[in-house]
Amino acid sequence: MSPPVVEVRDLRTHLVTRWGTVKAVDGVSFAVDEAETLGLVGESGSGKSMTCLSLVRLVPRPAARILGGQVLLDGEDLLTKTEREMQKVRGRRIAMILQDPMSSLNPVFSIGMQMREPVSAYHGLRGRALAARAAALLAAVRIPAPAERLRAFPHQLSGGMRQRVVGAMAIAAPPRLLIADEPTTSLDLTIQAQYLALLKELQRQHRFALIFVTHNLGIVAKMCDRVAVMYAGRIVEMGPVRRIFTRPTHPYSRALLESIPRLGARVERLIAIEGQPPDLARLPGACAFAPRCPHVMDRCRAEAPPERTVEAGHVTRCWLETPSS
Amino acid sequence: MLRFIGARLLQSLIALAIISVVVFVLARTTGDPLYLILPMSATPEDFANARQYLGLDRPYVEQYLSFVGRAVTGDFGMSLRARRPVSELIRERLPNSLKLAAFAMGISLAMAFPLGVMAAVKKGTGIDRAAQVISVLGQSLPTFWVAILLVEFVAGRLQWLPAGGIEGFSSYVLPGFTLGWFVVAGLMRLLRSGMLEVLDSECVKLARVKGVVERRVIWLHALKNALIPVVTFAGIYFAILVTTAIVVETVFAWPGLGRLAYEGISSRDFPVIQAVVLTTAAIVAVVNLCVDCLYAFIDPRIRYAR
Amino acid sequence: MPAEPGALALPDVVASAVPAARGRRLPVFSLGIIGLFMLVAILAPLLSPADPFEQSLRNRFKPPAWEEGGSWKFPLGTDRLGRDMLSRIIWGSRVSLAAGVLTVLLASAFGASVGLAAGYYGGRVDAALMRITDATMSFPVILLALILAVTVGPSFTNVVVAIAVILWARYARVIRGQVLTLMQLDFVAQARIVGAGAWRIITRHLLPNTLNTLVVLVTLQIGYVIIVEASLSFLGAGIPPPTPAWGSMIAEGREFVTSAWWVSLFPGLAILLVVLAFNLLGDWLRDTFDPKLRQL
Repeated sequence: MSPPVVEVRDLRTHLVTRWGTVKAVDGVSFAVDEAETLGLVGESGSGKSMTCLSLVRLVPRPAARILGGQVLLDGEDLLTKTEREMQKVRGRRIAMILQDPMSSLNPVFSIGMQMREPVSAYHGLRGRALAARAAALLAAVRIPAPAERLRAFPHQLSGGMRQRVVGAMAIAAPPRLLIADEPTTSLDLTIQAQYLALLKELQRQHRFALIFVTHNLGIVAKMCDRVAVMYAGRIVEMGPVRRIFTRPTHPYSRALLESIPRLGARVERLIAIEGQPPDLARLPGACAFAPRCPHVMDRCRAEAPPERTVEAGHVTRCWLETPSS
Repeated sequence: MLRFIGARLLQSLIALAIISVVVFVLARTTGDPLYLILPMSATPEDFANARQYLGLDRPYVEQYLSFVGRAVTGDFGMSLRARRPVSELIRERLPNSLKLAAFAMGISLAMAFPLGVMAAVKKGTGIDRAAQVISVLGQSLPTFWVAILLVEFVAGRLQWLPAGGIEGFSSYVLPGFTLGWFVVAGLMRLLRSGMLEVLDSECVKLARVKGVVERRVIWLHALKNALIPVVTFAGIYFAILVTTAIVVETVFAWPGLGRLAYEGISSRDFPVIQAVVLTTAAIVAVVNLCVDCLYAFIDPRIRYAR
Repeated sequence: MPAEPGALALPDVVASAVPAARGRRLPVFSLGIIGLFMLVAILAPLLSPADPFEQSLRNRFKPPAWEEGGSWKFPLGTDRLGRDMLSRIIWGSRVSLAAGVLTVLLASAFGASVGLAAGYYGGRVDAALMRITDATMSFPVILLALILAVTVGPSFTNVVVAIAVILWARYARVIRGQVLTLMQLDFVAQARIVGAGAWRIITRHLLPNTLNTLVVLVTLQIGYVIIVEASLSFLGAGIPPPTPAWGSMIAEGREFVTSAWWVSLFPGLAILLVVLAFNLLGDWLRDTFDPKLRQL
């Protein structure tokens, strides 16, 4: 079995805010193999985006700092690299797709310029070869008339097309790991499906590891092989998608799945998770979900549960041995 | 794009027209210039003759129209005091004012850009604080006071630079700095805040994620976005430069448009007053037009908007 | 009549502003300086150690108290005509502050009205008003004031009028921009549906939302006006002598900068302090209420 493309061990990132120090990423560990897709789900503020930014070491300074842990990309620890070395890693070995393509593409530069810049940097191409390669990348993401599109500006394209352009930039190298941070959230529903299919196809072709951040469990079911559920900066449950969806062990995962309304079923009330999202500046030392957990025990409030293997490839952070289903 | 320029041009012309009317009216209400021109012993008959000769007895509307008619061809009439064509006076003085304004603008830009960008990039450090101090001071110092002190110390006591007049490059320095100081302060602060905002934006994040070198991220990706309000204000500041030059020109004895205006106003020389105000307004209008075009050039969203 | 949703009364506006300000360090320096000068201006007759108009050729050009030849009778020295500098500076604050505040109030009231109207009515009204605004903005302030000074004679009123007549255009532009943005939001449409008329929409919906901007702009402009007034007095087109005005005091001391440096220096410092205080305050207000206004 080949080693995983990316392996994260006990990653910790803290954020200093007006209200105190927030443990945005609090001991996160996971691994993703080649051509494998890991879904990262959770509410806003659970630490999904910060985790991704920590992987590429682009956390917003000076407020945020990566405190410890390891991020191994093909065996090399990225956290020990210099900034100059990281600039060589970004885009080439790890690529990222951000959420809103209207704001992630630079409005004052043409698509062509924004495509040529990375391609020229990664492959050293110039002139006609460069333009051809840029056009080819646009074609690979199924943008019609790619050569003309190079001259266009971001505001002249539709949302779906812009996100494809961002996708084209992401596969320019091609990378070993692609991080997609809610790439379809700002797209129309009809376009979303197309985009997801495109991503899957590109993954089949280039065999990169894919980390897919989303709060939409439907997308997880469609796109991901494994899923990690995050809460208050920690991964509370992680395992194969099918397993987690049918037999979740952590109360939070269960609550998330239960709260999805099912078509056709007559429902008296929508099931929501009780309580409020945690105040990340003031987390209890124990299980962060305790205040909202329907199965909370005294132990949960006193001691934070460690990661426990339920089955091969399935871990959870909960004191419950066998939660009632 | 052409339509854009055309529309702006029209707007400028309308503005100029309004200004010309206002100036005309004001100049005419200043009281009789003849009292200043004719000698004490002048008789009422002399007054009548002078009035007729200078065309001051015709109805206002007619005077205005003939004024406009000739102004368009560059003829602003004769200076009542100097007995020379006003256009000649303007042709002598205008280049001096423009040169000074350009110099001041040049050094302002040269100083504001690096300071403003570095203040944003190194936010919170010494450079940033120094820049903020310069900025706030620059907009709080009264120009003429600084001018006087500079003349006294730099030109007077230290004798490093000339105190006035136009004698080669060194005489540009003091008045140029005095004029430009205010602009540096304003532009620098604009750049700083613009850069701060852009540096936090998603598109800069993506550029970094793509692996673009940080220096390029700052000076190309970020700066071009932060440039837009700066360009707009550069135009406004240039206009301010031209209009506040009057004070600096007075202190430094600079033979420019400002001094001409001052002299013209003191001697109630209508044609000169009118001509100077119109010229100033025209310069401002042209600069604004250029700024708008530059604006469209930088920001493709404006260029391609219908 | 019950207020439609979104209508704001003045107490609401103030109340919504306070939380924004809470937790921010107050600009003590600015408020202190401004307060000090306001007090000085109002209490000038009581605070001033001497009569600012009293000439005494015997006491000409006395240096400040701490210099050789100075005395504490004239703490900041005397000018060309033997008048006490400190008293003149104290009295000069009346002129500058009054000019600054009055002019800005006038200009902002008029300008904001124009801006509100232009933004609300749009179309041809907007276009016409903006043409006039643009024309006004490109008119050189100092030249106009000079012309007025020469035609009607220099006076306090002329200074205020001359500056206000051009300054309002700035307010009109900025407020109009704000109103245009506000008009995109739903609450104006809502108010119309409920049947609110133009006046009501403008005063109860649009105006309160532009107050933040107005306050910031007003504060920042006071400093500018004070400098313009001083420039005019310096050129002889502002407040006529013998009324003490900082600008004309600097002009008087111009020829003697080498020997009697205090005559020009202290009035200039006064201007610097006051304008600095207003600018800092304006910055603080802007950062508190509407950081997007950084262009001002």
